[in-house]
Amino acid sequence: MMALIPAMLRREMQLSLRQSGGAGAALSFILAFLVLIPLAIGPDLATLQRLAPGLMWLALLLAVLLTTERLFQPDYEDGSLDLLSLSALPLEVMCLVKAFSHWFTVSLPLALAAPFLGLLLAIDVAMIPQLLLAMVVGSLALSLLAGIGGAITAGLRRGGLLVPLLILPLYVPVLIFGLSASQASLTPSGSTSALLVLIAITLITLVVQPWASAAALRAYFR
Amino acid sequence: MALHCTNLSCQRNGRVIFQNLNLSAKAGELVELRGPNGSGKSSLLRMIAGLVPSHAGTIRFGDHTDVSQHCHYIGHLDGLKSVLSVAENLQFWARLLGGTDISAALKSFALEALADQPVQILSAGQKRRTALAKLLSAKRAVWLLDEPATALDQTARQHLTSAMQAHLADGGIIVMATHDDVALKPHHMISLGIAP
Repeated sequence: MMALIPAMLRREMQLSLRQSGGAGAALSFILAFLVLIPLAIGPDLATLQRLAPGLMWLALLLAVLLTTERLFQPDYEDGSLDLLSLSALPLEVMCLVKAFSHWFTVSLPLALAAPFLGLLLAIDVAMIPQLLLAMVVGSLALSLLAGIGGAITAGLRRGGLLVPLLILPLYVPVLIFGLSASQASLTPSGSTSALLVLIAITLITLVVQPWASAAALRAYFR
Repeated sequence: MALHCTNLSCQRNGRVIFQNLNLSAKAGELVELRGPNGSGKSSLLRMIAGLVPSHAGTIRFGDHTDVSQHCHYIGHLDGLKSVLSVAENLQFWARLLGGTDISAALKSFALEALADQPVQILSAGQKRRTALAKLLSAKRAVWLLDEPATALDQTARQHLTSAMQAHLADGGIIVMATHDDVALKPHHMISLGIAP
């Protein structure tokens, strides 16, 4: 069974890199978002600097949301999901592998790039390490939650409408604590405890995601 | 090992499709499912594969109650990724379903020349051949085939027939739903009626 995990990971990576709608779409979304922000809220550097961390988190959240629908739907539509459930790999592990490959190919690259893209919004350079750390941790939670939302809407034609409604409430804690953890300059001790809560949220989603996703997929097998 | 399905019943949206259906096949036997559209042929195959829960009855393969690990399921959908090549698709399914080598499978369905082509440029029949090649890329005892010959030309049908023959000779079991005339003589024929 363990030997199947690398095979599954490899395929997910190949697909994500070769298909449009994966990492490339998310990255271009985040770039477009950043370019438009100064046009929308004005070029005042002080304002931009104050808003930058929050805006970067929003950009990350929305970019991940954008790719959620594509997580399980293609496999459902082309019959791959049927065949995957015939393999020796338990559905729970398969769902976890898919969420992790989503993290590797979409969320993690975005989380690594976003703080530096924040320079376009005149972000305070001293904030970058803290923001980077919080985003790397938070992005895993986002990918895992995307795994749940994607599995629930895998067989729905208009799943894209439902995904934000289903998982945005779950993204709220990640956003709140991710943002507090990013703002080290405000209260250093507060940011550490916020980071710990963010890590806790990520670990909880890590435990819940495989079962929640697999249960959602099983509901389609009837 | 033998496949035994006893007293199976299938309901879709509260409508009974079939009831008290029995099916058994010993090693080396071919079971053919016949019946009009909507009579539950596909549902029965999916039920054996564990993709649809059965409302009643039992499914056993030898000592196993879970047939899913021992079967190949060829449904209406090919399960192929259009951006990956024929060989990459097959390699993945072979690995996942417990096989290793895909060269014999490629050869049996005359796919060698297409091995490096992305699936998106293939014709419907070529995609079908790729899907069927999965049968040979990983060794599994029970083949569940749902209209396997769809879109296949005469040559490819012969390839399928000889693959099935070899599988039966090797002690495998095939359960196949079809509307076509089949070159192989089935050991059991199950007729599913029109849904009541």
